[in-house]
Amino acid sequence: MKAVLVLEDGFALEGQSFTGDFETGGEVIFTTGMTGYQEVLTDPSYTGQMVCMTYPLMGNYGITAEDMESAGIHAEAFLVKECCKEPSNWRSVMSLPDFLMKHGTPGVEGLDTRALTRHLRLNGAMRGIISTREKDREALREKALGLPTMKGRNLVPRVAATGPYAWHDNAPRPVSLGPDGSYAWRGTGLPLVVYDYGIKWNILRHLVAAGFEPLAVPPGFTAQAVRATGARAVFLSNGPGDPATLGEEIAIVRELCRDMPVTGICLGHQIIGHALGAHTEKLKFGHHGCNHPVKDLTTGKIEISSQNHGFHVVLDGVADVEATHVNLNDHTLEGLRHTKLPIMSLQYHPEAAAGPRDGNHLFHRFREMIGRATGN
Amino acid sequence: MPKRTDLHKILVIGAGPIIIGQGCEFDYSGSQAVKALKEEGYEVVLVNSNPATIMTDPQMADATYVEPIEHDTLAAVIRKERPDALLPTLGGQTALNAALELFKSGVLAEYGVEIIGARAEVIEKAESRELFREAMENIGLKMPASGIAHNMDEVRQLGNVLPFPLIVRPAFTLGGTGGGVAYNLEDLEVVAARGLSASPTSEVMIEQSVLGWKEIEMEVMRDQKDNCVVICSIENFDPMGVHTGDSITVAPVQTLSDAEYQKVRDASIAIMREIGVETGGSNVQFGINPADGDMVVIEMNPRVSRSSALASKATGFPIAKIAAKLAVGYTLDELANDITRETVASFEPAIDYVVLKVPRFTFEKFPGARDELTTSMKSVGEAMSIGRTFKEALQKGLRSMEIGAPGLGWNFRAETPPVDEIMEKLRTPNSRRIFYLRQALIAGVSEEDIFAASAIDPWFIRQLKDIVDMEAKSAISASPTT
Repeated sequence: MKAVLVLEDGFALEGQSFTGDFETGGEVIFTTGMTGYQEVLTDPSYTGQMVCMTYPLMGNYGITAEDMESAGIHAEAFLVKECCKEPSNWRSVMSLPDFLMKHGTPGVEGLDTRALTRHLRLNGAMRGIISTREKDREALREKALGLPTMKGRNLVPRVAATGPYAWHDNAPRPVSLGPDGSYAWRGTGLPLVVYDYGIKWNILRHLVAAGFEPLAVPPGFTAQAVRATGARAVFLSNGPGDPATLGEEIAIVRELCRDMPVTGICLGHQIIGHALGAHTEKLKFGHHGCNHPVKDLTTGKIEISSQNHGFHVVLDGVADVEATHVNLNDHTLEGLRHTKLPIMSLQYHPEAAAGPRDGNHLFHRFREMIGRATGN
Repeated sequence: MPKRTDLHKILVIGAGPIIIGQGCEFDYSGSQAVKALKEEGYEVVLVNSNPATIMTDPQMADATYVEPIEHDTLAAVIRKERPDALLPTLGGQTALNAALELFKSGVLAEYGVEIIGARAEVIEKAESRELFREAMENIGLKMPASGIAHNMDEVRQLGNVLPFPLIVRPAFTLGGTGGGVAYNLEDLEVVAARGLSASPTSEVMIEQSVLGWKEIEMEVMRDQKDNCVVICSIENFDPMGVHTGDSITVAPVQTLSDAEYQKVRDASIAIMREIGVETGGSNVQFGINPADGDMVVIEMNPRVSRSSALASKATGFPIAKIAAKLAVGYTLDELANDITRETVASFEPAIDYVVLKVPRFTFEKFPGARDELTTSMKSVGEAMSIGRTFKEALQKGLRSMEIGAPGLGWNFRAETPPVDEIMEKLRTPNSRRIFYLRQALIAGVSEEDIFAASAIDPWFIRQLKDIVDMEAKSAISASPTT
């Protein structure tokens, strides 16, 4: 079935749907990872975005039971050059087309993904509509222009936790708090409250491996409620949308920064940036891929990193905050720390999934900083 | 760190004549290295006996010796030229072996010549089976499990601990006489007994068989600050059992998920560190069991390899040039990315296309040579092709062979062979197996049966099937005789 993609500036391409009939829209971005489409599709940070894969062959190894980054698919649509219908891998439990159809996510192949990527690189990520129903390009362009822009968009409520949960046996387990807001920690690690703005599960796996006992909570969980749980530190997760729209979350974090160690990744890093007085800006086409070189300014070492962000923190000489990591491609900020308080965060994804695991050790750096600050 | 200023004159050893098993890939890497070192202001002395090379062109090195690449000649060159350093990692195994000999004979120490790129102990550690196995054990990586037996009791002990199927190799017999494959303990009794009696020393090596496993290669680079990057991953179309030089290979890896690929990536970097290659490129090969993902390390080359030329041209990352610059002290983040010219070399190329290498054979020129592909290399050349899909790249690659094939749709003889013959040709790897695969698909042999006979991954078989189906649909058939 023919599908037409039209961007807000009128750029149009045709492809073939391999998931039946649909019409959907969102911000169109490209991802350069050559493996890891399952992790990309299930990463909640892609909410509101249609993902174009620059590597042309997708679905070769199918879908595995172990590589989910959340319970479902969050990308609005999956745009590829060629989709493999019959995968080959010993762990495969399902084909990519079946996986997309199971979650009602449109998939399109036969698109000139290289032309699309070049267009987005030159002109920036932008809104688009893809449809098997409407063929009139001008009508589709009108619809694309009617979509909300990513700048100014708060998408956290669509994917964030709605209640507290613990992480054990490799899955989220809902828990309840006491009447006084206390929590019965199991004693498996250092008590850590994790704000789930749309977290990737591999972050929770790594927090556990680094010696934490995570208690995930929804975005509006107050600083007072955090204290009532008995947690010793806080972690802020990744998530979708424009960080500048998260006024309430930023206010909570500002309060938390005053009295306990705070760490974060991706959106969590951007919220910490705002809470400390920095601001965020939108990147032209974002960083989405598995090959970004990041220099750790504290050691001089370079890591090849997994990245997925459309916004970045600009420090602007904010007092008592220093850059710890910088992207060697465009010199944007990749990590920060407070010079006096136990606060540190990373823009990129040390948990990988998908991508190189060079940054895995940074979860231990979180643990060491928190250990030093809390005497644990 | 900036480049070293304590070095002034550097000796580069070339790869010598072109032979089957070693083509002109080391002229490519050596030329790049000579240019890179000159660019940095070093005086370059070159030894290479092969005049049909770019690197021996008069304007390349400051002094060029077209002399035999052997110990005494190299020692004489060192005595005359007094280089500060020797860069042996860009001239293939020939240069690496020569450097090791010069080190062992004391010539390098006598004239104060430092080996840069890979130290002598690194070369030894990578080359020696025992030292390499030990190193892999240190970092928790597996090699195909094996053991030595001198009698049937020892054979049975090994049979109880090693995973079947097992390969039995009698010691000191010509062409592996008396060896064989054992699929269970009963087989092992028979095969090992035969092997023990065939061996003049009554000794057999019993090794885990990885025939038919996926074969994966990684091209890794490391700088003196321990920054590591993977330039390219390569998957072999022909599984373990066929020499990489004789396999159709594809970049990047096609049939591993991200988690599986990252495991291979982590292992390849860990191996480079453990073997101790301080700067430059290495090639690491792995076998992966397609049934359960079990991974074994096959080997590593602590130098620029045959695959480096392919990886460089496939990704645009000039491995030999960068390796030469890393050897004189630069770090990856100090060197420019040749593709973007704006960013730095410490990155991993992400490509939006598929690259194939197709080997070229000339069995017809060697009467008496059997057209059978094994673990010793027999191809005499290769072609690289790039496509937006595997199918496009394969068609271009086969067309580049100049054997008359317009692509996969080629009948190399008038009549289609009987199915029995086709299946035999799938089981025993040979130079025309790719075309027998097409005939098997046309004859209606199932994917399962083709996989069972050839151990070629079903993903590749389905790619061929797409081409065969398209051929059938197409009005203009490439071969009217079918």
